[in-house]
Amino acid sequence: MLNYFNPNNILFIINRLRKFVFATFIIVLLIGLFEALILSPEDYKQSDSVRIMYVHVPSAWISLGIFSLISILSFGILIFKNKNFSLIAKSLAPSGLLFNIIALATGSIWGRPTWGTWWAWDARITSMLLLAIFYLMYILSWRVTDNNEKAIKVSSIIAIIGLINVPIIKFSVDWWSTLHQPASVNLLKETTIHSSMLVPLAIMTAAFALFSLLIFLMKYNTELIKIKNKGLDRL
Amino acid sequence: MINEILFMNGYGVYVWSSFIFTLIGFFILYSAIKLQLIKEQKKFDAKFKNLSSEKVELAKKQETYRELLPNTSVSKI
Repeated sequence: MLNYFNPNNILFIINRLRKFVFATFIIVLLIGLFEALILSPEDYKQSDSVRIMYVHVPSAWISLGIFSLISILSFGILIFKNKNFSLIAKSLAPSGLLFNIIALATGSIWGRPTWGTWWAWDARITSMLLLAIFYLMYILSWRVTDNNEKAIKVSSIIAIIGLINVPIIKFSVDWWSTLHQPASVNLLKETTIHSSMLVPLAIMTAAFALFSLLIFLMKYNTELIKIKNKGLDRL
Repeated sequence: MINEILFMNGYGVYVWSSFIFTLIGFFILYSAIKLQLIKEQKKFDAKFKNLSSEKVELAKKQETYRELLPNTSVSKI
C-alpha cells in the first residue's frame, strides 16, 4: 500500500494535476468572491462586517486541518520510517502557516468593528496564535539543521506535540467563556447558519482547499527535484 | 450600487482589507514557491547538461530520473 506514496508515482500525478488545480482554483475563487462580496446577504446584527467570515473561517478550518494532517503523517514517519511522509508533511506546512496568519489577521480586523478591539487574549485566539508558533517551529526545524535525519525527527516531534493544541482550539469556545460564538457549522449536529451564507462559505472553503493543494503540489515537486539534484551530485 | 459594494454600510474598510490581505498572502506564497521550483529546475537542467554521456545513461536508468526528465527543459532540446 505504501507503494502509492512512491515519489515517482506522485511526481507523475503532480505534473498532470497542477495546471488543472490552478485553473479550477481561479474559477472557484472568482465564484466564491462574487458570492461572498455581492450575492450573500448582510447579517441582521453584524451587518456587512459578517462578510469577513468568508475568508476568516475557511482559513481557520484549513490551517487546523493541515496541521492535523501533518501530525498524523508525523506519527507515520516515526512508526513506519517512511521518509516520503516527511516530504508530504513538509510540503503541506507553508500553506498551513499562511492560512493560520490569514485567520489571525482577518480575525483581528473583524474584531475591531464587532468587539471594539483588534486583539483579545481569549481562549480561541490564543490557541490559534499557539498553532502559528507550532507551524513556525515546524518550518524552522527543517532549516536549522543540515542533518536530514535529525530534522525529520525534530519536526515530527514538534507536530505531534502541537496536535494537543488542535482539540483545544476546536473546543475552546465550549470549555471557556470566550468572545467567540460556539460553532455554527456542525457535521454531527444541526447547522445553525442559513443556506444563503453557508453556500458562499462552502465555495470559499473549496477555493482555499484548492489553493492549499496547488501549493502542496508545487512545494512537493520542488522537494523532489532537490533530492534529484543531490542524487546527480553523487553520480 | 458600486457605492454600496465599496462602503458596505461603513464596514467596507474592514471587509475589503480582509479580502485584500488574503489575496496578497496567496500571491506572495504562490510566487515564492514558484520561484523556488524554477530555481531547482534550473539547477537540475544545468547539472544534467554538464554530465558526461556515461553518467547521463546512468541517470536515465534510474526510475526517478525518468519521471523527472519530461518536465525539464533538458528533455525539450
